[in-house]
Amino acid sequence: MVHTSTDLPSPMPAKPVPVPSALTQPYWDAAQRGQLVLQQCSACATIRHYPRLLCAQCHSSEAHWTPASGLGHIHSWTVCHHVFHPGFAADVPYVLVTVDLQEGVRALGRWRGGPLAIGLPVRGRFELAGNLPELVFSFETTPNNS
Amino acid sequence: MTLKDKACVTGIGETVYMRGSTSSAFELQLQASLAAIADAGLKPAQIDGVIPIGIVSGTADDFIDNFGIPDLKFSTLVPHGGASPVMALQSAAAAVAAGVCSHVLITFGRNVTAAALTRAGARIHTMPAFHFVTEFEYPFGAIAPAQLYAPMARRHMELYGTTEAHFAEVAIACREHALRNSNALMKKPITLEDHHRSRMIADPFRLLDCSLESDGGAAIVVSAADQAADLRQRRVYISGVAEGHPDSPGAITQRPDMTSLGLAKCAPRAFQMAGVTPQDMDLLEIYDCFTYAVIRQLEDLGFCAKGEGGPFIADGRLRPGGALPTNTHGGLLSQAHVWGLNHVVELTRQLRGQAGLAQVPGAELGLVTGYGDMGDGAVAILRRG
Repeated sequence: MVHTSTDLPSPMPAKPVPVPSALTQPYWDAAQRGQLVLQQCSACATIRHYPRLLCAQCHSSEAHWTPASGLGHIHSWTVCHHVFHPGFAADVPYVLVTVDLQEGVRALGRWRGGPLAIGLPVRGRFELAGNLPELVFSFETTPNNS
Repeated sequence: MTLKDKACVTGIGETVYMRGSTSSAFELQLQASLAAIADAGLKPAQIDGVIPIGIVSGTADDFIDNFGIPDLKFSTLVPHGGASPVMALQSAAAAVAAGVCSHVLITFGRNVTAAALTRAGARIHTMPAFHFVTEFEYPFGAIAPAQLYAPMARRHMELYGTTEAHFAEVAIACREHALRNSNALMKKPITLEDHHRSRMIADPFRLLDCSLESDGGAAIVVSAADQAADLRQRRVYISGVAEGHPDSPGAITQRPDMTSLGLAKCAPRAFQMAGVTPQDMDLLEIYDCFTYAVIRQLEDLGFCAKGEGGPFIADGRLRPGGALPTNTHGGLLSQAHVWGLNHVVELTRQLRGQAGLAQVPGAELGLVTGYGDMGDGAVAILRRG
């Protein structure tokens, strides 16, 4: 679900605002605090993303939220030029990256950095743009992200 | 038992494709449906099965009301976007083969001009199939299909060396076919330079890599093979048909192999059912939402190895007169976008020998694919009777 925000102070056209479900509320609550969390099966420890009701491995519905490192590697990307939504008119061209997270799932977010290549080491974090959490990735080399 | 040759496409119908139609989606759908039923030599009230494609215009009940169908025996929905028309061939063939009904109408109409929020970017976020994208990607700017598919294409380019020139070749081939079709929106030839000069939409997709937004209706009738002989047209058999779904169908981002499609799972089933191979095909109608999608599907169908789709098409084999004429109506890229039901119509027309200037000489066997939502796939192999 998405609503379009109409209560932002910005004069720019509003961006779409995620509307959490009971299942996904903890993800967005953590995002507001700047933290990327992932759903983990409480029975078999498999991490899954995007959030869903059952573990596809063991079919348990018991799950908890675990913090993600944000570390990962570039899987692919696109540079967005056409404005498909007025809320992004001031952003084009902007880059979306698909990232293989160390935790074994992927995330999609905005790219802040230079030229891209498959396998490039990156780190993602939630930042607040207005009052909306935005997942932003940038180049990162640490001993933990090899 | 398999579905091989148990059902035939017996009727085809299309409206004029256009932009800015003043008819509603359902009006366009009714017009195409009546044309398909008349083409088959049937009366509207003889339709006893209906599969409306998408949930954007008429329902099965609407067809009972408008056609005065006395006893509709079969209706179903196939909610998989552009894969739905070819998946519906499987549903219809199964229904008539089992004797559930005799004549199934598969029908679609759309008017993207009429509604306020119908641009591709807004439209998909009203669809349940896109709920992951809508919640977790749309807020960051992944809005329209071009932006969702572009990372698949980019990865294919990086891993295998596929180029913009390969994409352009698909666009040019579709355009050259469209110029032989009076009911195609695009009327002017394009060159490699035109492609490379067209504005970037979502890198690597330029404007000429993207399918059209258009208004229109298309419909077909699928009949039990043993009843098709009494109808008006030469029989066109459904010799092989199958559907397949990719892993992580609801989010390309989470798909283990981002470049894999549902078509890879179902293509072997369809070829086995029909008892033929890719090399037996006289022509193809490949779902072409984006140029890249054609290249990738040719790999999944087994025409070439994975990663070799670009070089495979670079010699012009998809063009009119080429070794493998593809999208002989112009496709979604240059004819019109009616979720690929126009691809089924066109393949049937070709196998009947009714394709006019676009006719592939001696066409006896061809295949049509559907590709929906973010990677659901289907393929049907049709044979001239």
